[in-house]
Amino acid sequence: MEVEYSGEVMTLNMGPQHPATHGVLRLELKTDGEVVAEAIPHIGYLHRCFEKHAENVDYPGVIPFTDRLDYVAAMNQELGYVLAVEKLMGIQVNNRVHCIRIIMAELNRIASHLLAAGTYGNDIGSITPFLHCFRDREMILDFFEQTCGARLLYNYNWIGGLMFDLPPGLEEKIIEFLNYFEPLVDHLNRLLSYNHIFIKRTADVGILPPERAVFYGVTGPNLRGSGVEFDVRKDEPYLGYEDYDFEVPVGKGEFGPIGSCFDRYIVRILEVKQSCKITRQAIAKLTPGDVQEAIPKKVKPPAGEVYMRTECPRGELGYYLVSDGGTKPYRVKVKSPCFATMSAFREISRGAMISDIVAIVGSIDIVLGEIDR
Amino acid sequence: MKPEEISALLTEKFGARILESKLGVVSPWSVVEPAAILEVCQFLKFDDRVLMDHLELLGGVDYKDRIEVVYILYSMKHHHRYTLKVKLPRDNPKVRTVESVWGVANWHEREAYDMLGVEFEGHSDLRRILCPDDWEGYPLRRDYKFPTRYRDMPV
Repeated sequence: MEVEYSGEVMTLNMGPQHPATHGVLRLELKTDGEVVAEAIPHIGYLHRCFEKHAENVDYPGVIPFTDRLDYVAAMNQELGYVLAVEKLMGIQVNNRVHCIRIIMAELNRIASHLLAAGTYGNDIGSITPFLHCFRDREMILDFFEQTCGARLLYNYNWIGGLMFDLPPGLEEKIIEFLNYFEPLVDHLNRLLSYNHIFIKRTADVGILPPERAVFYGVTGPNLRGSGVEFDVRKDEPYLGYEDYDFEVPVGKGEFGPIGSCFDRYIVRILEVKQSCKITRQAIAKLTPGDVQEAIPKKVKPPAGEVYMRTECPRGELGYYLVSDGGTKPYRVKVKSPCFATMSAFREISRGAMISDIVAIVGSIDIVLGEIDR
Repeated sequence: MKPEEISALLTEKFGARILESKLGVVSPWSVVEPAAILEVCQFLKFDDRVLMDHLELLGGVDYKDRIEVVYILYSMKHHHRYTLKVKLPRDNPKVRTVESVWGVANWHEREAYDMLGVEFEGHSDLRRILCPDDWEGYPLRRDYKFPTRYRDMPV
């Protein structure tokens, strides 16, 4: 496409209150007409001092705060924290806890990816897929509500166990849901993913080459969209993920260069299918047991430090804990996947059109609660 | 490589510039002389035996008598992890930036500057990142006093 440049650069603020920035993100755009010379992200509008709060409450008290980091995938957030504390204290939990944690984490991954895909379609101008995705996401939230009473912020994973066991009959309901839901993924593909307009809007936009993705520490579906096969669940398995049979989908550059918005999007859709597969296996592996048997009376880890990472829907979520032997953590540092992805944003968006900025922000699927903490 | 081998490699290459190492814990680490951090990072990233291409985390911890900056490195190819630390004085914490080695360090260092006041020499864009530009003090220091007002607004 031929673009005429005037040579005059105008500064335009996109956000913090803009529906397509997925939260309170401000992008300072330096534009020449429709072309964006530079997009500088400004974050911090949702900063709630998580790390400072965490130093002032006891270990179990941090869990509700972790829910509020990435509020669309709260099960995964608290799972990472709980595993870090368990690693520091050397707590072993039984198979039932492992399986339920995997079921919840994978269901939450499906819900999160559905939200990502639905709002992405909405950003680009297709409203129907959004309604379809939210309808199915609601069913998953219903399962969470039946399990722990909350729909978004659960406080379900506890140090050494779980808040409640699964309610009777929930396994069958989840299987029933998966039977209903799995064919709908292909339906979503027909409706949105392989829609001609959608491909035109995303396939040649926002290219992030694999070596630059690694340089910027991008992880999760965004890294896999750039064609790098890297998944913490395979790379450094936790919760017994090594015993599960699933694939790690990567972007293949079906319609244009590898690492485009389309690749990042389609990886999420493919991952939803894998998550369904894992959930079925986890339900098959469920054994009877007491989900609270390993919960310590007093959470007081030995002095030391630990780094624990898990694969949350947005990438590699890490918790760095420092303990001084007391009942409160001395320091909790969160490695947020969206934070790392956002640091690459300036490079991804250079030279894009203003309307493509919306497509790029949607494709990297950020949650500002986790970036700002 | 095992953490012991990485530690041995570092001691062999940099000698006395590696101040101390702790192995046999959940996350093994080495303390590096602040002036040598850039060289050590470049070595760890580009040496074929180590190839730490992924900076997982960079953050500061205030230990009341010193500030530590922690670098958690991981190799996507060799699947091993190692932690580096630098110990800095509390009144004037300064260390070289590693943003040329890992791009993500740019933002992590801005956050460490914002939260703990660590100055990264040679950084291309050392501004506050989470707090407003005119915020006073460094919130994650242990002796931080919470302000009661910000721009005449009660906080």
